[in-house]
Amino acid sequence: MSTNDELHMKKLLQQALPPVEGNLEPGRDLWPSVLRRLDAKTSALPWFDWALVAGLIAFAAFFPASIPVFLYYL
Amino acid sequence: MRNEPSDILNEFRLGDLAAFETLFRLHQRAVYGWILRIVRDPSAAEELTVETFWRIYRAHARFQPSRGFEAWARRIASRASLDWLRTQRPETELPADLPAPATTDPAITDEIRRKTAQAFQRLPPRLRVAAVLAIIEDQPHKDVAAALGVSVSAVKLRVFRALRLLRKDLEKQGITP
Repeated sequence: MSTNDELHMKKLLQQALPPVEGNLEPGRDLWPSVLRRLDAKTSALPWFDWALVAGLIAFAAFFPASIPVFLYYL
Repeated sequence: MRNEPSDILNEFRLGDLAAFETLFRLHQRAVYGWILRIVRDPSAAEELTVETFWRIYRAHARFQPSRGFEAWARRIASRASLDWLRTQRPETELPADLPAPATTDPAITDEIRRKTAQAFQRLPPRLRVAAVLAIIEDQPHKDVAAALGVSVSAVKLRVFRALRLLRKDLEKQGITP
């Protein structure tokens, strides 16, 4: 693609998708949503915690004799 | 770029919620504007602004006050926007309230404009983000590179590849740009 082609494509793109101008402000106060998001995410257990719990349950199912050992260390 | 008092930045780094709110109030407009430029959809931009500030707070311990908050926030916002673009189908209709060009070239018909916009939606998101910021929004390559976490030459290469793919797509549709 030559420099002329490149310039032409740029012009075409600018005509097809003009820049976003004017009021670049959110239509509402987003702080309450951020707080809700922080609360929701902090209360959820991360995936690796669930994987650990699942692993422990599986281990206990295959080796029931290990249950008292787990309980001892809890 | 705004300069926040260093104590606010340090308190934020330690996870202080009040300091985070101060930074949010100072930067939400800039972050929202940056995201809107990339995704071009006001309601998605609002959701992504929330997502960005959530990511920012989650990463507070990694924040380096000496490198400034705005550039860091912009980088996280760009990553969140890119993630969102990757989840969108290329056939998604463009929002109806997209701005009209300030001056229209009579040689470029509405049909060509529409097909160009659609072809642009089909570009890989990585190329699209670079092109939208560098060409459409006319942001300096240095700023685009910083926001995307790549070098200036990588931005130039992405823009070039975006234009080349766009041209090929239009040619396939029988449009010779």
